[in-house]
Amino acid sequence: MIINLINGCILMIKLNINNKVHEVDVPNDMPLLWVLRDILDIKGTKFGCGKGLCGACTVHLDGKAVRSCTTSVGSIKSEKITTIEGLSKNGDHALQQAWSELNVSQCGYCQPGQIMTAAALLSNKTKPSDKDIDDAMSGNICRCGTYVRIKAAIKMAAKGVVS
Amino acid sequence: MKNSSQSRRNFIKSIGLASGALVIGLNSTTGLAKILNSKDINKIKPNLWITLYANGETHLIAHRSEMGQGIRTSLVAILADEMEADLSKVVIQQATGDKKYGNQNTDGSRSIRTFGTTLRTAGAAVKELLIQAAAQTWNLPAKECHADSHYVHHKATGKKLFYGDLVNKAQTIELPTKPTLKKKSEFKYIGTELDNLDNQLFVTGKAVYGIDTKIDGMVYASIQRTPVMGGELKSMDKTEALKFPGVIDVVEIKGTKGAPLFNPLAGVAVIAGNSWAAEQGKLRLKLEWDEGEHNQHNSKQYKEKLIASVKKTGKAYRNDGDAYQVFTDNKSNAKKKTVDALYYLPYLAHAPMETPAALAWVQKDKCEVWAATQTPQNARKLVAKELGFKEEQVIINVTFLGAAFGRKSKPDYVVEAAKLSKYLNKPVKIFWSREDDIKHDYYHSVSAQYHKASIDENNQVDAWLHRSDFPPIGATFNQAARGPGSGLSQGATTIPYDIKNIQVEAGDARAHVRIGWLRSVYSVFHGFSTNCFIDELAHHRKIDPLQNQLELIGPDRVLPFNKEFEFNTARLKKVLTTAAKNANWGKKLPKGHGMGIAVQYSFFSYIAQVVEVSVIDGKLKVNNINTCIDCGLVANMDAVKNQMQGAGMFGLSLAMYGEITAKDGKIEQSNFHDYKLLRMKDAPHIDVEVLVTDNPSTGVGEPAVPPLAPALCNAIFAASGQRYRELPLSKYGLC
Repeated sequence: MIINLINGCILMIKLNINNKVHEVDVPNDMPLLWVLRDILDIKGTKFGCGKGLCGACTVHLDGKAVRSCTTSVGSIKSEKITTIEGLSKNGDHALQQAWSELNVSQCGYCQPGQIMTAAALLSNKTKPSDKDIDDAMSGNICRCGTYVRIKAAIKMAAKGVVS
Repeated sequence: MKNSSQSRRNFIKSIGLASGALVIGLNSTTGLAKILNSKDINKIKPNLWITLYANGETHLIAHRSEMGQGIRTSLVAILADEMEADLSKVVIQQATGDKKYGNQNTDGSRSIRTFGTTLRTAGAAVKELLIQAAAQTWNLPAKECHADSHYVHHKATGKKLFYGDLVNKAQTIELPTKPTLKKKSEFKYIGTELDNLDNQLFVTGKAVYGIDTKIDGMVYASIQRTPVMGGELKSMDKTEALKFPGVIDVVEIKGTKGAPLFNPLAGVAVIAGNSWAAEQGKLRLKLEWDEGEHNQHNSKQYKEKLIASVKKTGKAYRNDGDAYQVFTDNKSNAKKKTVDALYYLPYLAHAPMETPAALAWVQKDKCEVWAATQTPQNARKLVAKELGFKEEQVIINVTFLGAAFGRKSKPDYVVEAAKLSKYLNKPVKIFWSREDDIKHDYYHSVSAQYHKASIDENNQVDAWLHRSDFPPIGATFNQAARGPGSGLSQGATTIPYDIKNIQVEAGDARAHVRIGWLRSVYSVFHGFSTNCFIDELAHHRKIDPLQNQLELIGPDRVLPFNKEFEFNTARLKKVLTTAAKNANWGKKLPKGHGMGIAVQYSFFSYIAQVVEVSVIDGKLKVNNINTCIDCGLVANMDAVKNQMQGAGMFGLSLAMYGEITAKDGKIEQSNFHDYKLLRMKDAPHIDVEVLVTDNPSTGVGEPAVPPLAPALCNAIFAASGQRYRELPLSKYGLC
C-alpha cells in the first residue's frame, strides 16, 4: 500500500491488481475482498464466509495465496495482488485448462478460489503429492463436493498433460 | 396472439417474419404433441421458444435455473441431438420468472425428468420441418433427405442446404405433428460425456451470480434478523451503526404474523455504500427482541421429546398385516426374535457457498430483480404482492446460482431486497453474511426414527415397524401443521422390502424454526434409519449385508407406490449388485477396515452406495465409495457422474459433521468453524457406474445423498463392531 496525502486530508490507497494500479478511497481496515468486489468491480473473487474459513475469496499477494476477506487493504504494502482475472491473460492457465477438461465445476462459485489456491501450490511444488494437495486445498470448501475432480485437475496441470 | 382463430402456422409466421427467424413454440407443461396437433393458438399457449436465425444460431429459452447440475449443457445437448444441430450453434437464453413457462421450480430433481422428452420432441419436429423445407426447395422427396450438423443433405445428388438458409421456406410448411425421436443408437450427444458449456466462465471468474449483480445507484443492505422465529423488534439503538463510515441509513423490516412462508423475518437493515460497511453497521446495531413463544425451543429437550414420541404408538400411515400381533406372539416363542433400534438426526443447514443474494430495483410502475433463485415465479409473485404490483410489473432475472440445495427455492431474501428498494427508492442489493445464512435458514428437519422387526424360526423377517417423527415442512406454510405430510412417501411407507407385516407410523412434532426441503429431503433420515436397521437385521440373521438386502427386497416386481414412474425391485437389486461388484464386495480387508452398503429409491431413481472405511485408534477414514445409479435415459453422462460424486460428498459431509442446534429458540452455529463441511482431506475417491437403460429419465441431483450416511455407518460397524445411530459422527470423536 502506498499512502498519498492528497489535499492534505484524503488518504488514497494504491493497489497493484493484476498489474494495474488502482487508487481507492476506503478505510484502511476494509477487507481486500470488498474493495475488489464492491469498489473496483473485480468480482471473480467470491465471498464465502468472511472469516478466512472457506477460501472462496483466495487471491495472491506476490504469488502467495491469501484470504482476501481477512486481509485489510491497509495491511498490503507493495505486494502485487493477483485475482482469478489476472491468473492468465486468456483464461488458459494450466489449471484453468485442466479444470475445464475434467469438468470440475458444478455451480462454479468456489472454483476461482480453488484455482488460486492450487496455483500458489503449483508455483511452490511443481509435482505435489496427494498429501501436499490435501494440505494446500483443505482450507477451500466446495459445497458441491467436487474434491475428487479438483485433485485430479491439479495433478493433470502438474503433469502438464493439458492440451 | 389473442386471436383464437389464428393458426399455429400463422403464429410461427407472424413471429418468424417479424424477427427474421424461424420461431417454434413449445409447451413445457403439456408437452409438445398437443401444441403440434392444435390449430388454436390459445390452446397451444406456447411458453418456450426455439429460434433459428438465418445465420444458423439457434436459441433455446431455458426455464430451469443453473445451480451446479449442468442443466444448461443438458438442455443444449438434448435439443441439438434431436434437431441434428451443431452443438456450438445452440445458445441458451435464461428465462425470467413467468407463469407462462409452466413449472419453473428447479427442485425435486425434475428438469430432465419432466422436460427431457418434450424438448426431444421439439428438436425432432424442427429437424423434420427443415428436411421438408430443403426437400421442397430441391423438389425432391423428403424421405430421401437427412439432416446432420445444421445441414440438410440429399445423398444421391450430394446437395446440401444450411439450416439458416431454410428459415424462410420452413415458415411456409406445417410443423410435423408426430416427429420420430431418435433411437438410442442414433444419439450423438445424449448420454455421452459432454463438457459443461459454462466451464470457461467458471474458471475465469466471469460467471455472474446473484451476489455479483450491480446497477448504477445501487446501495447495499445487511439485515440483523430476529434470532427466534416469529420474534418482533422491541427496541433499537442505531447510533453506532450510523457512525460507521459508508453507512447511509437504518431501516426496520416488520415481520409478518403467522406461518413463516417465504416472508422476510423481522429485522433491521443497515444500508450502506458497500457490502462490508452494511455488514459492519449491522454488527453495531443494538437490538432487543420480543422473542415470542419459540424461545422455549431447545434442541436437547426437543430431542428427548422426539425420541419419546417414536417410542410410543403413533398414527398409522401404512398397515399391512399385523406387525404388533407378531411382536406380541414373539414374547411366547423362544425361537423367534424381536429386535429394535432408535435413530436420531439433527437439523441441517443448506449452506450453499453463495449466500442468498438478490438485487431489486423498484420504480414507479415496475420492479426489476436480479436473483440467484430456484423459484423465479414464486419470487415474482411475492415481490408483486409486497409492492402491490401486478405480476406483469415485476421482472425476475435469474443469475447463476452459487449452489442452492433447496435454500434458494425460498425467496425471502428477494422480498427483502424489493421491500428495501421500495422504501429507499433506489436499487438495493441484499447481502447475507455466512452467519445470516446459518442462523436464518429454512432447516432440514431434525428427526427421530424407531425401528422394530421380527425374525421368525426360519430366519425370515416377518414383521417391520417404523415410526418417524419430525417437524414438518408444512409448518412453514401453516403454523398448525403437524404430522408427516407427504414425508413418509420418501423412504418410509414406500420401502421395497417383501415383509408380510408392515406398520409405518408418524408422530406430530411441532416446528419451532423455519423448516424447508434440503437436497433429497425426507429420504435423508428415512434412508438413514432404514438402511442402518436393515444392516442390523443382517447381523441378527447372521448373513451377509448385501445378501440380506437382496433377500428382503425379494422377487422381481413393480411396487405400487408410483403412477408416473415405475418402482421396480429388479432395478433396485441391479444397482445394489453392481455397486457391490464394483467395490469388490466381500474381499478380505485388513483389521480395522470394513465395507457398508445402502440402497435408496429416490426421485424415481435407483441408487446404491458401498463405502469402505477404516477405524483405527478410534479415527475414521473413508477410503473409497462406489456408487451405482439407474436414472433411466441420461442426458449428459459426465454431469450425472459429477452429481453422484458431489452428492456423495454432501452425504458424507452431513454424516461426519452436519449438525444445527437451537438454544432458547436461537440457532447456536454461525459459520464454517461450528457448522463444519467436508473438506478435501476427508474426501475419498468416488467411483460411479451409471446403468444405461431404456427407462425414462428420472432424478439425478438428489438421490445420491441418502444412502451415503447409512452405508458409512454400516461400514463402521463392519470395521469396528460399533453401531452409530445418531449423526453427526464427529460428536463421537471419530472425525
